[in-house]
Amino acid sequence: MERFSGLSLLRHAMGGHQGWKPFWREPEPKPAYDAVIVGGGGHGMGAAYYLAKQHGMRNIAVLEKGWLGGGNTGRNTTIIRSNYLFPESAALYNHAVKLWETLSEELNYNTMFSQRGVLMLAHTVHDVQVFKRHVHANRAAGVDNEWLSAAECKAFCPPLNISANIRYPVMGGALQRRGGTARHDAVVWGYARAADSLGVDIIQNCAVTGIRRDASGAVEGVETERGFIRTRKVGVSAAGNTSVVMAMAGLRMPLESFPLQALVSEPVKPDFPCVVMSNTIHAYISQSDKGEMVIGAGTDAYTSYTQRGALHMTSHTLDAICELVPMYRRLRMLRNWGGIVDTTPDRSPIIAKTPVPGLYVNCGWGTGGFKATPGSAHLFAHTIAKDEPHPINAPFSLERFTTGRFIDEAAAAAVAH
Amino acid sequence: MLLIPCPFCGPRPELEFRYGGQAHIARPENPAALSDGEWAEFLYLRDNVRGVHAERWRHIHGCARFFNMLRDTTTDRILTTYKTGEPRPEAV
Ligand SMILES: Cc1cc2nc3c(=O)[nH]c(=O)nc-3n(C[C@H](O)[C@H](O)[C@H](O)COP(=O)(O)OP(=O)(O)OC[C@H]3O[C@@H](n4cnc5c(N)ncnc54)[C@H](O)[C@@H]3O)c2cc1C
Ligand SMILES: [Zn+2]
Repeated sequence: MERFSGLSLLRHAMGGHQGWKPFWREPEPKPAYDAVIVGGGGHGMGAAYYLAKQHGMRNIAVLEKGWLGGGNTGRNTTIIRSNYLFPESAALYNHAVKLWETLSEELNYNTMFSQRGVLMLAHTVHDVQVFKRHVHANRAAGVDNEWLSAAECKAFCPPLNISANIRYPVMGGALQRRGGTARHDAVVWGYARAADSLGVDIIQNCAVTGIRRDASGAVEGVETERGFIRTRKVGVSAAGNTSVVMAMAGLRMPLESFPLQALVSEPVKPDFPCVVMSNTIHAYISQSDKGEMVIGAGTDAYTSYTQRGALHMTSHTLDAICELVPMYRRLRMLRNWGGIVDTTPDRSPIIAKTPVPGLYVNCGWGTGGFKATPGSAHLFAHTIAKDEPHPINAPFSLERFTTGRFIDEAAAAAVAH
Repeated sequence: MLLIPCPFCGPRPELEFRYGGQAHIARPENPAALSDGEWAEFLYLRDNVRGVHAERWRHIHGCARFFNMLRDTTTDRILTTYKTGEPRPEAV
């Protein structure tokens, strides 16, 4: 793997940028692997990297039905934060934020992680009380989060409209300074490049179509568009399509898949300094390094696999954005798109073993799993390699839906990005 | 936005409706006899079909009644609607 640095960039510039090599190989699938990951998003690609790097499993493959990062990884609004309410979730997301902080160095690839702060606005007395409770719970758990008055919100994010005459005036906000954004494609490309250099086979345009089990019920291999691949360990990291893949092994999941949309404006000069989210009026917005305002809408009401959503979802969000930041009324929107997010009943993810020996699943990240990418990948690799969960992901089991030990962020946060 | 044919009122915009999830999940006849696993299945496990999905809708801002609908989740095309209690029609 060529080491990237300022110097290497300069060297390539002198050579007219003619000398760049592909970041990873395009190998033919082998007949057998020690482990196979289904899904080449950030979570799956990252799991393969940690399996190779930390657990010495190098004879492994990632099978992706489309292109790397073409699922939710490349479709999300890249908000990263860890100020969740319950100790299990705070520990999980904070594990990820810590890995984000050194990820670019670790992968020798710029993930453009930017800790510009995530500000969550409160618009009702209830919001204020809930957010303050979050702030206290987070601080007790060692996760940074602080309360700002409306005037302090405005000082932190000057484009905000905090006047009293909007429909839902800003009453304050919770700010996590260590939160921010990262470049979504770079994360999966960085993991892919590093995993490939450790010997991991990345096989794109190769959908898994079946999971074969032996007489004892254990995983024997996967059927794919490019033939049967023998393996004893299969890690499913297929986001919105998890139910479909798990059904191949005869398992029903506590998941429903919904469309979630995002859109970007025309690029403008740097104006918006942080990430702002508002669950109550459903708006969230940040500015990409290209200058586009990146805006997230809500999920549609019904399950779907179409990777598009209804127009009224996006226009509802734009109504809220235009109230919060009136000058953006004159911005033109350039593109909108949808992804399919897999949601659990308690809106917390599942990183776990399954009743099928050799079958592991990482799913249920719903509308908010980008922020967890390195943490989730790291814990999923541990679970696959050791055949048992890491203490951080042990509570995020499939069994919790039978025992009732929920991690009920659905009730605590409502919107999870 | 979907244009949903309510079996009682005719075609109306999706905003008048509330989605009710997977259809034909019968409430257990004898809840006390259910194991934890059976409760989990009833409450939380869903088919989450990629293809033709039978689902409940309620015309909350219209006649307020529940009904069922077949919709292809790969295209969002609505195949048919039918009344609660009626068996699932053959996919058209
Ligand atoms: C519009 C939108 C906005 C979002 N905003 C945020 C946000 O601001 N912050 C945040 O934290 N999260 C956000 N999310 C959620 C986040 O994108 C996801 O939780 C996260 O990216 C999931 O990563 P993944 O690697 O698991 O999934 P994906 O990137 O979807 O990867 C799964 C892969 O599996 C592949 N696959 C599926 N079936 C098969 C098969 N049979 N065989 C082979 N491969 C298969 C797919 O092609 C796909 O590439 C958002 C999501 C959307 C859609
Ligand atoms: Zn009606």
